Amino acid sequence: MSRSPGALDRLSFEGLVLLLALAALVLLLAPTAIVLVVSFTDGLSLRFPPPGYSLRWYGELMEAWQLHFALGNSLRVAFFATLLAVVLGVLAALAVARSPRLAARLLDSLFLSPLILPALAFGLSSLMYFSLLGWPVSVATLVIGHTIVCVPYVVRNTVAALTQLQPVLLEGSASLGASRLYTLRRITLPLIRPGILSGGFLAFMASFDNIPVSLFLRDAATDMLPIRMWQDLEGRLDVTIAALSGVLIVATIAVIALMERLTGLSKRLV
Amino acid sequence: MARAQPDVTAYDLRLASPLALFFAAFFAAPLAALLALSLRGADGRYGLSQYAAFLGDRFSLGVLGGTLWLGLKVTAVCLGLGYPLALVATRAGSLVRGLVILAVLTPLLTSVVIRTFAWIVILGRQGVVNGVLSSLGLTDGPVRLLYAEGGLVAALAQVQMPLMVLPLMTALARIDPSLWDASEALGAGRWRTFLRVTLPLSLPGLIAGSVLTFAAAISGFITQSLIGGGQMLFMPGYIYQQAIALQNWPFAAAMSVIFLVAVLAVILAFNALGRLARGYAQT
Repeated sequence: MSRSPGALDRLSFEGLVLLLALAALVLLLAPTAIVLVVSFTDGLSLRFPPPGYSLRWYGELMEAWQLHFALGNSLRVAFFATLLAVVLGVLAALAVARSPRLAARLLDSLFLSPLILPALAFGLSSLMYFSLLGWPVSVATLVIGHTIVCVPYVVRNTVAALTQLQPVLLEGSASLGASRLYTLRRITLPLIRPGILSGGFLAFMASFDNIPVSLFLRDAATDMLPIRMWQDLEGRLDVTIAALSGVLIVATIAVIALMERLTGLSKRLV
Repeated sequence: MARAQPDVTAYDLRLASPLALFFAAFFAAPLAALLALSLRGADGRYGLSQYAAFLGDRFSLGVLGGTLWLGLKVTAVCLGLGYPLALVATRAGSLVRGLVILAVLTPLLTSVVIRTFAWIVILGRQGVVNGVLSSLGLTDGPVRLLYAEGGLVAALAQVQMPLMVLPLMTALARIDPSLWDASEALGAGRWRTFLRVTLPLSLPGLIAGSVLTFAAAISGFITQSLIGGGQMLFMPGYIYQQAIALQNWPFAAAMSVIFLVAVLAVILAFNALGRLARGYAQT
């Protein structure tokens, strides 16, 4: 038997864990906070803390038509990619979620694999494939590429919701004479809706933020916002990007709060 | 407990066929095209010459090794900081837990470009770190942090940390808290309880988080290019350069295949390590 541990053991462990956890929190949050502060600078550079505060860069943002154009494209592609991913992904999730067959497990792994494969390799292979087929890059090819990258979020969240579903409910519905389609429409879909919604939300954000696929499948006519921002930052450190970041951060937090209310997003991810 | 009608709860596997077809046409076929193109040599003949060119080139091998090494360093930092955060959040009350989840989710859903941009503000010549250093009189002039590997690891760790923390929180929340009480009642201290109870039981989350973090860190093209700058080249930037700037598609394809295989090998190694560690913990 080991000797009874003393106060030093307790103090050293709890102290170290708390210290590292605080460091992690600071590391997670400080960058976002710093960008928000810098976006209100009245200077020409990204100095922190700013010499003074103003809304001038938010004013400049109104004029930045290139960013507006890229934002429009990004939203359009994200919308269609999410739509496609939700329709295909929910159908597939229904098929694989409760099936004990090996084929179902293999399909499940296949549909989740874009999450861990380097997306850049997939982006490049899509470009080669579409050029082999003779399809010029367009919004359509972007939507196709983004859908592949977005589907895993829908499948994963819908499968999770389906496995939590009580089989008794479905059996009860069936034993009361409801058809399978009726049970799907009136029991299954309403109960898994939060899972589908949070999966769709994550899919939308994954598309909106996608770089590795857009990098290869966009051209000047289909400029995408993250790529535009990246190229602006490569060229010169533009404070307008800080203002745009400020807008996007606030919008993201607002949508997260909304999804939390609608679907209990945080409970689904943990 | 046999169910009367087990088929009522399961749906036909054919419902998956639209997505399976979509994956066949736009995921498997492009990857097959990548593989086919990678086999085309510079002289137009098919063979392994592109692979030989990459694997026989010290510079290219260095880039590949550097990329995998970078991924391991970022994963280690994420694990070192993310595990304590997940542990504190899991054991805390629901308010603290909710706040931590929000703190993890917000960066996860904020654009990677924005998060990377924040690091330019922090690490730049007029940035936060240099401001603190010079106001303390520790340095004469601005220190170069941007375009240096330490800065890149910190930035990538912040960008990918949520991918580590979320699966860890899931795994830790599944541990029955009475196991901790039992361990303490049997005389084990905090460290011993952690090493013998908490850590082994959280291995599935630890492996899942490490795999996601590693995969994201090595393919984080934007962060690598903005923070690393031109001096440091990693596989995604190298592939992009060969494919877009030099239009050398067969070589870029071969590089992509080698990169994919290397990533899969590291992921399999992670999983094997996890199984090994679990076996060890059970003895």
